[in-house]
Amino acid sequence: MTSLSFELTIGILKIFSFVVPVLVSVALLVYLERKVLGAVQLRKGPNVVGPFGILQSFADVLKLLTKENLLPSSSNKFLFIFAPMLTLILSLIAWAVIPISSTYVIANINIGILYLFAVSSFGVYGVIIAGWASNSKYPFLGALRSAAQMISYEVSIGFVIITVLICVGSLNLIDIVESQKNMWFAIPLLPMFVIFIISALAETNRLPFDLPEDEATLVAGFFTEYSSISFGLFFLAEYANMILMSSLTVILFLGGWYPPIDIFPLNAIPGIFWFVIKVFLILFVFLWVRATFPRYRYDQLMRLGWKIFLPFTLIWVVITSAFLFYFGLLPN
Amino acid sequence: MSENFKPVTLNFGPQHPAAHGVLRLLVQLEGEVVNKAEPHIGLLHRGTEKLIEQKTYTQAIPYFDRLDYVSPMCQEHAFALAVENLLNIEAPKRAQYIRVMFAEVTRILNHLLNIPAFAMDIGAATPMLWAFEEREKMLEFHEAVSGARFHAAYFRPGGVHQDLPENLLEKMKNYFTNFPKFIDTLEELLTENRIFKQRSVDIGILKKDDAIRLSCSGPVLRASGVAWDLRKSQPYDVYEDLDFDIPVGKTGDTYDRYLVRMEEMRESVKIILQCIENIPEGPVMVENNKITPPKRSEMKNSMEAIIHHFKLFTEGYRVPEGITYKSVEAPKGEFGVVLVSDGSSKPYRCKLRAPGFVHLQALHFLSKGHQLADVPSILGSLDIVFGEVDR
Repeated sequence: MTSLSFELTIGILKIFSFVVPVLVSVALLVYLERKVLGAVQLRKGPNVVGPFGILQSFADVLKLLTKENLLPSSSNKFLFIFAPMLTLILSLIAWAVIPISSTYVIANINIGILYLFAVSSFGVYGVIIAGWASNSKYPFLGALRSAAQMISYEVSIGFVIITVLICVGSLNLIDIVESQKNMWFAIPLLPMFVIFIISALAETNRLPFDLPEDEATLVAGFFTEYSSISFGLFFLAEYANMILMSSLTVILFLGGWYPPIDIFPLNAIPGIFWFVIKVFLILFVFLWVRATFPRYRYDQLMRLGWKIFLPFTLIWVVITSAFLFYFGLLPN
Repeated sequence: MSENFKPVTLNFGPQHPAAHGVLRLLVQLEGEVVNKAEPHIGLLHRGTEKLIEQKTYTQAIPYFDRLDYVSPMCQEHAFALAVENLLNIEAPKRAQYIRVMFAEVTRILNHLLNIPAFAMDIGAATPMLWAFEEREKMLEFHEAVSGARFHAAYFRPGGVHQDLPENLLEKMKNYFTNFPKFIDTLEELLTENRIFKQRSVDIGILKKDDAIRLSCSGPVLRASGVAWDLRKSQPYDVYEDLDFDIPVGKTGDTYDRYLVRMEEMRESVKIILQCIENIPEGPVMVENNKITPPKRSEMKNSMEAIIHHFKLFTEGYRVPEGITYKSVEAPKGEFGVVLVSDGSSKPYRCKLRAPGFVHLQALHFLSKGHQLADVPSILGSLDIVFGEVDR
């Protein structure tokens, strides 16, 4: 009995040791985004709350928490409240398998990548439920777009992951990182790396693919009717998802916790440090893209997904496996 | 199509981030494809035309600033020209140069709002903030001559209200010689951007004949390939003496309208620099105290001047009976004023021809069959401001 409760306590502590840093880095990311956008757009960004405005996101969360949560009278109340919860929960439970160093992970399961893939596919349900439960036209259109978008990109993301798996021979995320000790997959699989980043933008509904929320046409898309903390949960989930996708990119292509070159002053620095640095580099790319590019149209995005990415990734899977097979490099 | 099929009607606006003011669009959708886009206007109606009938000619000027609030001075220009026509006077040369110069500053201001707003409708937020910084610098010139950034009330029948402050020409010269560099930076971000082109090329095509049939004017008409510019075809003030080109588009899609506006800014810079070069010395107002107020210094010594001042600011000046139509090439297109005078000091009727109102008619024609996401970008490319549509 005592050993069970002990394990339970350890488990909960482990979970908190992930969830709290994730939520804090969400707050930092929001701050970073506003600062980066401000720099690109020749303005200052938040600079009033706290030193350099660093407490801005916390102030925003407090504001959202104290506001009234409006429920549209014609909405499906249960689903309306359920949708943001689902979205946030999904974006947090995915962290269970993310290894941020060779030893530090909540659940080191052998099908880590499949688990991640499944969880991120579920993410679309939150959006669709929110759009449907609002019983309003703009959210509904946003939900429809989101459904189409997710399907288009999950397929090519799937093929990108398969390419990596062929090179590694394992579904375990730690194995994936460890097989990149000598060379990051971003180098031999550069096209896949680029496609993965683009698909990650689409997966997290970031510009230039933020069609489900497209403020120029759909006001705010699927969360138009949301207010207060239920809006806040969507917001948190979006940024947690961004960090998740960046971590996944780092794990799959940028060698996780390994330093760029395995020489003395670099490999003395703890792996977690490298991991965080890389994640924030990818996140910076996300923000940079947002500041620079206009938004795709719905049909153009579908064309990009189905007519360009899908055939390309498919062919690349074949090429990679043929190459590995011919030279006898296939992992056991 | 099944019998149960019912198109979705979307109420686009009046509270919508991309509706450009208080436009209410009823959009009928089949999936994401627009069947019908029906603009409902009148939410910003203030009865400007009727109000002008109750005011003296001088008091009417500020109403023109508030029509298309993005390009105030061009509209004052049309009114000033119309009144001058009825009074049968001509503004002195220096005043004409100043007016042309500031009409062009206004044109740049307008395009510098419209182009990034259009980009923002497509999803690029950065150009907007870049352009606003430059706009702010240019609004300082507005402020320097008139004391106000937007509602200038600077062009008056018979000239302009005040002469330019010292050093302003020099400052403007400095600024506008460097301004094309900013246009280049803006172009770098948009013109060759693939997503931007995908979103704007072949969207909302307006052919030559259709453009004329829908009585479009200004950049919208020129993007369709018609080289019609009132500054060339019926020059007013000193446009005759200035050297500039009229940029013309080919296909008449939203991308062409964007390109035409970009080029127009460069031409405007050319005009402004020429004006700064050639501006003569001299008075900036007609020196007829029956129409224009006397100098302050004269009023200290002359009884007559005081009487003139009193009469002008109570009753206003009387305008001979008659009817006139004067139009200027406002940044958005042909802005015209029909002025009917019954011989009193207030206009009997003042009808305004606003380009935005006319262009809004084209919206349904342009957006039919396009995706919903194209409606805001077509709307943005038509450059509609509700102050002048509803009047």
